[in-house]
Amino acid sequence: MIQADLNIILPEILLALFAMLALVAVVYTGKDKMAPMLTWLTAGVFAILAVWIGVSGDGDNIAFNGMFHDDAFSRFAKVAMLLAGAAVLVMGADYMKRRNMLRFEYPILVALAMVGMMVMVSAGDLMALYMGLELQSLSLYVVATLRRDGVKSTEAGMKYFLLGALSSGLLLYGSSLVYGFAGTTTFAGIIEAVSHGHAPLGLLFGLTFVISGLAFKVSAVPFHMWTPDVYEGAPTPITAFFATAPKLAAMGLFARVLFDAFGGVIGDWQQIIALLSVLSMFLGAVAAIGQTNIKRLMAYSSIAHMGYALMGLAAGTALGVEAMLVYMAIYVTMNVGTFAFILSMEKDGQPVTDIASLNLYSKQASGRALALLFLLFSLAGVPPFLGFFGKLNVLLAAMDAGLAWLAIAGVVASVIGAFYYLRIVYFMYFGEEGDTLDAPRSMVQQVMLMASAAIMLLGIVNFFGVDTAAQAAAAALMPH
Amino acid sequence: MNDSLLSLVTFIPTFAALILVIFLRGEDEMAQRNAKRVALTATVITFLVSIFVLAGFDPSDTGFQFVEERDWLMGLKYKLGVDGISILFVMLTTFIMPLVIWASWDVKVRVKEYMIAFLLLETLMLGVFMALDLVLFYLFFEAGLIPMFLIIGIWGGANRIYASFKFFLYTFLGSVLMLVAMIAMFVDAGTTDIPTLMTHQFASGTMKVMGITVIGGMQTLMFLAFFASFAVKMPMWPVHTWLPDAHVQAPTAGSVVLAAILLKMGGYGFLRFSLPMFPIGAEVLTPLVLWMSAIAIVYTSLVALVQEDMKKLIAYSSVAHMGYVTMGIFAANQQGIDGAIFQMISHGFISGALFLCVGVIYDRMHTREIDAYGGLVNRMPAYALIFMFFTMANVGLPGTSGFVGEFLTLMGVFQVNTWVALIATSGVILSAAYALWLYRRVVMGDLIKESLKTISDMTSREKMIFAPLVAMTLILGVYPSLVTDIIGPSVENLISNYDTALAQGASASQTASH
Repeated sequence: MIQADLNIILPEILLALFAMLALVAVVYTGKDKMAPMLTWLTAGVFAILAVWIGVSGDGDNIAFNGMFHDDAFSRFAKVAMLLAGAAVLVMGADYMKRRNMLRFEYPILVALAMVGMMVMVSAGDLMALYMGLELQSLSLYVVATLRRDGVKSTEAGMKYFLLGALSSGLLLYGSSLVYGFAGTTTFAGIIEAVSHGHAPLGLLFGLTFVISGLAFKVSAVPFHMWTPDVYEGAPTPITAFFATAPKLAAMGLFARVLFDAFGGVIGDWQQIIALLSVLSMFLGAVAAIGQTNIKRLMAYSSIAHMGYALMGLAAGTALGVEAMLVYMAIYVTMNVGTFAFILSMEKDGQPVTDIASLNLYSKQASGRALALLFLLFSLAGVPPFLGFFGKLNVLLAAMDAGLAWLAIAGVVASVIGAFYYLRIVYFMYFGEEGDTLDAPRSMVQQVMLMASAAIMLLGIVNFFGVDTAAQAAAAALMPH
Repeated sequence: MNDSLLSLVTFIPTFAALILVIFLRGEDEMAQRNAKRVALTATVITFLVSIFVLAGFDPSDTGFQFVEERDWLMGLKYKLGVDGISILFVMLTTFIMPLVIWASWDVKVRVKEYMIAFLLLETLMLGVFMALDLVLFYLFFEAGLIPMFLIIGIWGGANRIYASFKFFLYTFLGSVLMLVAMIAMFVDAGTTDIPTLMTHQFASGTMKVMGITVIGGMQTLMFLAFFASFAVKMPMWPVHTWLPDAHVQAPTAGSVVLAAILLKMGGYGFLRFSLPMFPIGAEVLTPLVLWMSAIAIVYTSLVALVQEDMKKLIAYSSVAHMGYVTMGIFAANQQGIDGAIFQMISHGFISGALFLCVGVIYDRMHTREIDAYGGLVNRMPAYALIFMFFTMANVGLPGTSGFVGEFLTLMGVFQVNTWVALIATSGVILSAAYALWLYRRVVMGDLIKESLKTISDMTSREKMIFAPLVAMTLILGVYPSLVTDIIGPSVENLISNYDTALAQGASASQTASH
């Protein structure tokens, strides 16, 4: 039994072992001198694991008495997270190295966070959920303060930690209520307890707290306060990481809890999710308008995007989960490209994050400006780019579930949101001649930017099969 | 060959744009000339290939022809096709684009990007008129905003930023509501295939939305959502305010494309979606649309009278002329719709030419103030002649194509709503007033202004650009059957389907009330 269980969780174990061995090895050899090599190695391990999970994973495997699920859903999320993690690691390495920030802890902590995220999307029990979540969060708190001598970075880490601890408290309180009223912590047990039509009030009370805790992790309004500060304060490569894999993990966990544990009472949580969704979309769209710092702007943009992803969940159908997964995959790809660009924005060797510094950038580097233009219009959801199809998917799911008002609110918010993406285009293309940014130095960032922009356009031919995988993933989550 | 001819027409400009992106380097004279040549060649080839479409088109067949269908993602289809209603818009686009490129020969700033933007725009515009899948249509319809946004923003006038943002956000807001309606149609009918949807009956029972009774139910709501998009695009009063700004700030070629082709997407949308798919919703709202059109014709004509900027004047006159189009479409009879399509085609030539006329003198004097001109006839006789011709066509002088469209739409609407026809007819007089007064102030009189003393007449390139437009305006004016023969059967089919659907809806509601 244990043998079989361990086989199922093997990728997580291997990654955890890798992180610990790397820690020991690096401490005894070169410490920070080894960091660049280790970063690439970690990215390589991520990529290998992604391929392994993607290719060899099959069927619906349950380990440790339902604590851990290995199904199409978790595999989809894991592959996407691992690839995003690998991309972000390699593209930030050069940036951090030149600023003496590339410490050996960085790749190791990211690897540990990745283990946590992989456990999160596989969780089949409130205990596993919390374990995964905390492993991820604790690693990320430390990563956020990686620039130890920077006031903003430490402030970001501190804020993240305090608010994160609060949300963990909410989550734990909710979990204890759920346990108290359902008599079990496994999702399978909880869904059994609520399967008789309606859940006891205490259970719903607990569910609300659990949702609040999770909403914090995906930074959905009104639990979003930490996002802009943390995005701005953390070093840019780490912001890029925050914006990608952890968002996907939290969204995956969200879907797991809602469908695996509370799939029987969709009507009870649908309104909450719909409200979170509509608030996030509007706040993300409106609050970003006045931003001049591109990292803060991306923070609000991610809040808005989480709103759209939540719209898919709010539908409460397999179509909705599929739409959410496709949306998240597209979102992560767009963000990798956009942050690759932000990482390369510097003047006289110093990083700049002011949008106005992009003045007439299209004249200076037309190819890169064009790539960013693709990404921005994709983020705004303007066809023919892939971002539009992400929105189309979630809108379709919402309409199909009879949430026409939510769909209408979503498209209106997307028009408001289009304004701030257009503003960046305006600086790049219509601006006035001014100081110019340095020429990009990192080949990796260049490749990531171009690849992501190309995917935004070429992906509309057939989604690269992501939609079929998402369909299988969504089906795995539905009650059979 | 025949089954991918439409794709070929659509994507030749994109192909040329790709060539420019990949192979053209540098900003020197040589590179600029090459960019222009590639663009002109591509647009001319597109036009020539599109002639094969027209030649192979069978007007008596009311279905879609040259249909091309491939599987696409999410169960959608990549499906193109033309019928009697859309083919002339395709031809109009391929005809106008080479002239637009040629008229941009004097552009000096970022020529390569300029040409790429226009080439991509052509692909997207052609796609709009050919798409037979809802999402594909939306994709082309919306994507066209991006190059136009850049064209206004990069090569526009002094206030271009405001105009470009207003243009983008205004039209984007209209379109996203249409997107929601499209998704609702997909959910309801289970397909995004336009020909299938044209025969699908959407629910039209009276329903309550947030306490408001909606007659015509779903159909009315969807009609309104599509209306939001097409009315902005058209543009109809009172959502026309983006157009004068966009026209004034856009470079000459941008204004021409905007007036000649982009505005027609709204009218085309009404004919392709609103009437056939939501007949009952359309009927419920017909009086509203007719009165809005009548107001548009009179109000914007009056506004045009007092303009001091030539482009703005012509922009308002465009809004007025589009009023005839919506009026004709919603008269929903043969004359009305024939006239509306005819008016759109003819307005494509005339307004395009008028914006080019403004461009000719703007290139020389760099101002569009009407007061800055006067007496141009003394130095520019050829220009005076051509401007005269298109002014008359704009007024709707018999013998020019402008007359046929106005006359048919007025005749169509007269049978439906006499009062609207009466008010709209006064627009004919008003249009004569503003157009002739403009002509009088710019061209006639003595040449007093010092700055105009050295102005030169049109170059042979400019004359050659106008020649095809003059020819088309005249030919269509004296022999309108060229157009009506092609569109006639399809329009007849559209109207008979519309009337059948209304009759069915009426009998259904009668049985329901018993």
